[in-house]
Amino acid sequence: MTVDSPRAAHASTGDLTQLDRISFSWVITSIALFSLFVLTLPTLIVLIASLSSAQTLQFPPPGFSFQWYISLFNYPELWSAAVTSLQAAVGTTVICVVLGVCACLAMAGSRANWVSAMDALVMSPLALPGVAVGLGILTYLSLMGVRLSIWTLMIGHVVICIPYVVRTTLASLSQLGSAMNEASTVLGASPQYTFFHVTLPLIQQGVIIGAFMTFLTSFDNITVSLFLSDARTEVLPIRMWSMIENDLDVRAAAISGILIVITAIFMIVMERASGLSKSLMSDRA
Amino acid sequence: MSVANLPTPKRKKLPLTQGQLALPLAAFLTLFYVIPMVVLLAASFQPARGGGFTLAQYAEFFTDSANIRVLTLTFWLGLQVTIACLIFGYPVAYFYHQATARWKTILTFLILLPLLTSAVVRTFGWVVILGRQGLINSLLVGLGMIDEPIKLLFTHLGVAMAMTQIWLPLMVLSIIASLSQIDPRLAAASESLGGGKWRTFWQITLPLSLPGIISGCLLVFALTVSSFVTPSIIGGGQLMYMPTLIYQQGVVLLNKPFAAAVSAVLLIMVLIVVFLLSTLGQRTRKYVQ
Repeated sequence: MTVDSPRAAHASTGDLTQLDRISFSWVITSIALFSLFVLTLPTLIVLIASLSSAQTLQFPPPGFSFQWYISLFNYPELWSAAVTSLQAAVGTTVICVVLGVCACLAMAGSRANWVSAMDALVMSPLALPGVAVGLGILTYLSLMGVRLSIWTLMIGHVVICIPYVVRTTLASLSQLGSAMNEASTVLGASPQYTFFHVTLPLIQQGVIIGAFMTFLTSFDNITVSLFLSDARTEVLPIRMWSMIENDLDVRAAAISGILIVITAIFMIVMERASGLSKSLMSDRA
Repeated sequence: MSVANLPTPKRKKLPLTQGQLALPLAAFLTLFYVIPMVVLLAASFQPARGGGFTLAQYAEFFTDSANIRVLTLTFWLGLQVTIACLIFGYPVAYFYHQATARWKTILTFLILLPLLTSAVVRTFGWVVILGRQGLINSLLVGLGMIDEPIKLLFTHLGVAMAMTQIWLPLMVLSIIASLSQIDPRLAAASESLGGGKWRTFWQITLPLSLPGIISGCLLVFALTVSSFVTPSIIGGGQLMYMPTLIYQQGVVLLNKPFAAAVSAVLLIMVLIVVFLLSTLGQRTRKYVQ
């Protein structure tokens, strides 16, 4: 693998050109490899540390054992936090997909003024600080006298996750164009029939990737959850945060190890099934 | 002809029903996002006790030098992390862009896995790397380069390092998207005309990928100054950034009006930077086309 393009071989020869090419590819390659190494390092370190046989967190570990993974079985607070997180993430994903796909059907292909306003509104939570969004929703809900529950948690998560679904679904719809839709309508299909039998199968990759990103974002969120969950609805990342911040609990490494493995499996499945990377590397991403 | 008449009424109906499909989301966002943000702004103009309109919260924020330090430290962190992400991310994107298909698969995995892994998990990794008995200290002591472990955890440098790694994939993805839009014949033409690798890079590739660089910078800056977990764990109790201050005031000390004012200040800072960068982005987009 070289960064030189084959055509460069036709460029003029000479020591200076040679130096130019070698220095360029050397600089780019070495920085890139260093960055990729640093990018992977924390994940690898956590995996290794989670297999430590020591009683405290240290690196490199003196020996290896599965003790920290086994100790997780005896940690009911962790499991209830994981279940809450899972429920919130699933609920958020369902709400985001239903609301998002419906809105995208209305927005795609339309040049009306409200569409660009709607687009800006839907995308804006991506750039706004999660703490501000969380505090705003909390202030509003307590003003309305709403008590915190898993539903308030999901409301906050939907607001910050909706951009992912809308972005990927809109991208799929814009590739699709309106020809299919019109053909189906002309042939006498009802809008519902057209949606479920023509449009949805054609945009499902975008929807699935949006749903996947929503699920991960919700499952991983802390900033909004901090404000919208209470002791009864403690989520997994917050539990892990307090484990790490208070006493550097090595059990946090074991949970992290499990999460890394699950994420990696999910990612490979998504890549095979829907071309996750293509969607994330497209211009709209 | 009856067939010809059929589609016409349906087509007329279609835009109406389609427009209505956006209503549920619009209603949801108005109710749980727009109104709460307005409420938040309104709360920042309230006194700590009772009702009324006051600028006291903002006055309190801007007259306390400790708060100003938090604001400048947060801005500084955002700037440092954005620049570091650009310096380390661009070569990765370029490397990916030039790589063969098989390598691209591996690189995709290496770039995306950290992005998709939980931020708490990655932060935890950095605790292990930066700690007193962590990787860097073990390595440096083992090599005999230092006698005593150096302090990396609970420092601004440590926070900036961890944040750079955490947001690097977004910068890389953004630049890859931009690089893939560039016509490869341009760089080839420049090189065959004797432009040289470096000159081609600085005068062709880099300027043409500016839209991706700018949208990457925008994302990284906004996400860095809004991050909570990494600064709070790596920074510890002594280093305070805006999101930590908001959490402390709003949830721990229950001083909501002040927390709302701090949120508004953070919000305005993000919006100014986003506005400046996206204006710049639109200009470069025009230039590129």
